[in-house]
Order: sequence, then C-alpha cells, then structure tokens
Amino acid sequence: MIIGLAHYLAVAAILFTIGVFGIFVNRKNIIVILMSIELILLAVNINLVAFSVYLGNLVGQIFAMFVLTVAAAEAAVGLAILVTFFRNRGDIAVDDASMMKG
Amino acid sequence: MISAHLAYAYPEVILAVGALALLVVGAFLPKQTSLVGGASVLVLLAAAVASATQPFGEAFSGGLISDATATFAKVAIYVASAVAIPLGQQWFARRGVKNFEYPVLILLAALGMGMMASSGDLISLYVGIELHSLALYVLAAMHRDNAKASEAGLKYFVLGALSSGLLLYGASLIYGFAGSTLFSQIAVAAGSQANTGLLFGLVFLICGLAFKVSAAPFHMWTPDVYEGAPTPVVAFFAAAPKLAAMVLFARVLADGFAGAAGQWQQVLVAIALISVAVGAFAGLVQKNLKRLWAYSSIANIGYALLGLSSGTSEGVQAMLVFMVLYMIDVTGFFACLTALSRQGRAMETIDDMAGLIKERPGIALAMTAFSLSALGLPPFSGFFAKIFVFKAALDAGLWGPAVIGLLGSVVAAFYYLRLIKVMWFDGSVGATDKPPVEANAIAIASALFAFPVVIVALSWLNPLAERAAHALGLA
Repeated sequence: MIIGLAHYLAVAAILFTIGVFGIFVNRKNIIVILMSIELILLAVNINLVAFSVYLGNLVGQIFAMFVLTVAAAEAAVGLAILVTFFRNRGDIAVDDASMMKG
Repeated sequence: MISAHLAYAYPEVILAVGALALLVVGAFLPKQTSLVGGASVLVLLAAAVASATQPFGEAFSGGLISDATATFAKVAIYVASAVAIPLGQQWFARRGVKNFEYPVLILLAALGMGMMASSGDLISLYVGIELHSLALYVLAAMHRDNAKASEAGLKYFVLGALSSGLLLYGASLIYGFAGSTLFSQIAVAAGSQANTGLLFGLVFLICGLAFKVSAAPFHMWTPDVYEGAPTPVVAFFAAAPKLAAMVLFARVLADGFAGAAGQWQQVLVAIALISVAVGAFAGLVQKNLKRLWAYSSIANIGYALLGLSSGTSEGVQAMLVFMVLYMIDVTGFFACLTALSRQGRAMETIDDMAGLIKERPGIALAMTAFSLSALGLPPFSGFFAKIFVFKAALDAGLWGPAVIGLLGSVVAAFYYLRLIKVMWFDGSVGATDKPPVEANAIAIASALFAFPVVIVALSWLNPLAERAAHALGLA
C-alpha cells in the first residue's frame, strides 16, 4: 500500500477531532485541555506539511514553523494564566471554573 | 529593497519597536508606570498618523496590504486602544496594582489588530490573530489576585485557543486545496471552481472568526469573560478587537472568496440571525450589567454580520460605519461602569443603578444615551448605524433576515429600557463615590459623540467608509 496525501489528511482529521473532543468531553483537569489544544495545532501541522509536499510548495512548511512558534507562546501564556487561577482557587479541576454562569 | 516594503508597514514598525522599547524601559524603571503609559499613548497616536498618511500598496509578496480599508480600520483601532490606556491604568492604580505591562500589552494587541486589518495572506492573518489574542488573554487575567478575573482569563484562553485551532485547520485546508496562502491566489482558485475542500476550509475559517467576534453560536465565552475581566479591559476588548476581526472577515471573504459569495452568504445570514436572537432573548434575564452588555454586543455583532452578508460593497461600508459607531457606544458604556462605585465596591448590577439620575446625573445621562443608541433609537448614533445595515441588507434582497433583525431589536429594547427606568424612576440606594476624572471624561465625550456630534461626524465617516469598502473587491 502506498501512503498518499489522503492518509495524512485522515490522520490529521482524526487527531483534530480527538483534540476538540478532549476539550469538551474532558471533565477533569485543565492541563488535559492544554494538551488537547496542542493536539489540534499539531494536527494542523500534519495537514500543512502533507499539503506542502504534495503541492511541491514550501509555503506550507513555513506556515508550520509559524504555527509551532505560536503554539509555544500560547502554551506559555496558558500555563501562566493557569498558575494565577491555581493561586486563587487552590485547584485546577474543570468543574471548579464555574463562578460565573448564565 | 527592504525599506521599500517597510514604507507600507510603518504603523506596525512603530508599534513593534515602541512596545519592545517600553518593555525594556518598564523592566529597568518599574516605578515609572505613568511614563510608560503616556509614552504608549503617544506611540499609538504616532501609529495612527502613520497609517493615515501611508502610501497604498502591498509589502512582503502580498502578505501585508496597505489600502483604504486598512487605513480606516487601523486609525479607529489605534485611537480606541489609546483611550483604553489611561482608563485601565488609573483603575489598576486605584486597586494597588501598579504595572507597566498593561500599556505594553495594549500596544502588542494593537499591533496584532493592525496586522489583522491589513493581512493579505493566511500566515499574516494567523500571526495577527494570535498576537492580539495572546495579549488579550493576559489582559483579561491581569487583575491576578481576583478569582473571577483569573477564571475569565482561563475561559477566554481555552475557548480562544480552540477557535484559533478551528481557524487554523480551515486555513490549512484552504492552503491545500487552493495551492497558495495568498488571498489573491485563493480568489483565483475559488473563482474557477470552488471545490468541496475549499468550502470545507472556508466554513472552519468562518467558525474561527465568528468565535473572535463573539457571534452566536460561538459566543459562549463572551458573558463570562465580560463579567470576570476588569471593567476597563472589557471596555477595550469589546471595541477594537471586534472591529479588527470584522475587517478581517470582510477581507477574507471579499479578497479571497468573492467567487463563492453565494455559499458564504447563507452561512453569514444564519450566524447573524442566531446572534441577534441569542443577544435579544438571553439578555432579558441578566442582572449583571457587564453580562447584559455582553449579550448586547452579541446582538450588535449580528447586525454587523447582516451588513457583511449582503455581499456588496454597500454592505461592507454599512458594516464599517456600524462597527465604528458601536465601538464608541460600548467604550463609553464601560467607561461609565468604570467610573461608578459605592463605598469602594464596583456597581455592576442593574439594581445598583437605582436612582442614579439623582446621584450622578452626568453619568446617568450618558448611560441613557448609550442604551438608547444600542437600542437604535433616533437621533442617537446606533440608529444611523442600524439604518445603514438594514438598507444594505434590503438592497441585496435580504428581506426576511432584515425583518427578523428588526424584531430582535424590538425584543432587546426591553432590557435597555428597563435599565433606563431603574436609573430614572427608582429610589436611590445610597451615595456613590466621586467618579475618577479620566473615566468620567471618556464617558461624557463618548456620550456627546453618540448624540449631537454623530450627525456632523457621519458626513466624513461615511465617505471614508465608502472608500474603504471600495478597496475590497466586492461589487
């Protein structure tokens, strides 16, 4: 079997779906949400690199570099906010983030 | 060679250099917060002047576009950001939080928003969106000893990151099926045969952008973040980022997908009407004014999207005028909330406003003006904004959506009028503290704009918006 573009896109789509479900279905821990966000961004990177190779066009790989860099910054900001949240509440369970509703 | 490109990117250069320099100044002179704040306002005004006077053209192989649309949006964005700096810095100072990061983060957010308004390529679109979003996440959680603020920041971060993920997945599909990240090249691919993959990507991209403008059904972060975040920060991110995201919306759809207008029009009409309905009905049960105005902003974004969904140059023009007038309303309203407190406690619920007209007649009058304007009553600015949007929708044949939009604003009238009734006719519940000067000034200035000034201002705002709309490639 030859691994073609469709296979890469399918893997990326599966990872993306797992990431989205990880955010909505997960009811335990906010760290898991951060991991799900990474999963979504990496799924996109697989897409970009697969398309880039398939099209013979380097822009996709450059885009992937940008995504990697931004993902690192995003994780840093997310963890920093998580730390302030933990300081105020002493816990990082998802169900605890419910002071405001309605 | 490079300098020729940079001529089109002066506002960005000024903001980036200014933000980094002030960060260093702040790091070495941490006590000088007002110096950093004042310098940041100057940097933003310099960037506004630079964008008003810059030549039109494309830089960095089409990645950054300087045209009338970008100029219009950037001047509005930079001025709105400059207003947010004194408002927020004094608020934080009164709470014993003296930080120089606040103005620097506003500068970085403004840089990202400017890039959004002038992006001509999926990469600069993504970088612009992330640059402003990351700054906004931090701003929402800036009052870090406050449990509500950190929860608001966390929610904003999680849902914002999810929306960026959706948008990025859409961008990757568009790149793959169009073979390029440039909007102009995407337009070529979408014009000849808008294939399923491309449309699939476009839908993801629209979902991601709808999150950023807080259009229903992607609005769930808005009420929580507005309630939890510091009030002056809400005044900032209810205004400028919305305009930036709407301009980006218009640019992607007009420059990249004009050929697929039939497809995206349906999606936008649906999102617009759901937003109007959610904003009108969910607002009815709110007690907290910040939450109430979150729903009001969802409804108002619905009207802006209705203008955009007409798919004409007139629609884009209506959307631009609408957004600028709305920005002034919302900044003014949150400036009023920033100004009000009772024995040091912020007044945030509708009941807190009882009898405000006797306590603080100026602020009560201003809040009345903003409420009537958001409701769309003549002669306030919101009336003209809505007229333009409905006219554009009707000219494009969107009769049904326009009627539903009108009904939505009738429902929403209830909560605006209830606020006015409580302020004017209920008994006072006690003296309020003396309002801070800067919040008071911003509130009064915005209120004066919402009523008499707007009639004069429209005569130059409207032609500018028309020029901006014509720069995009819609008929």
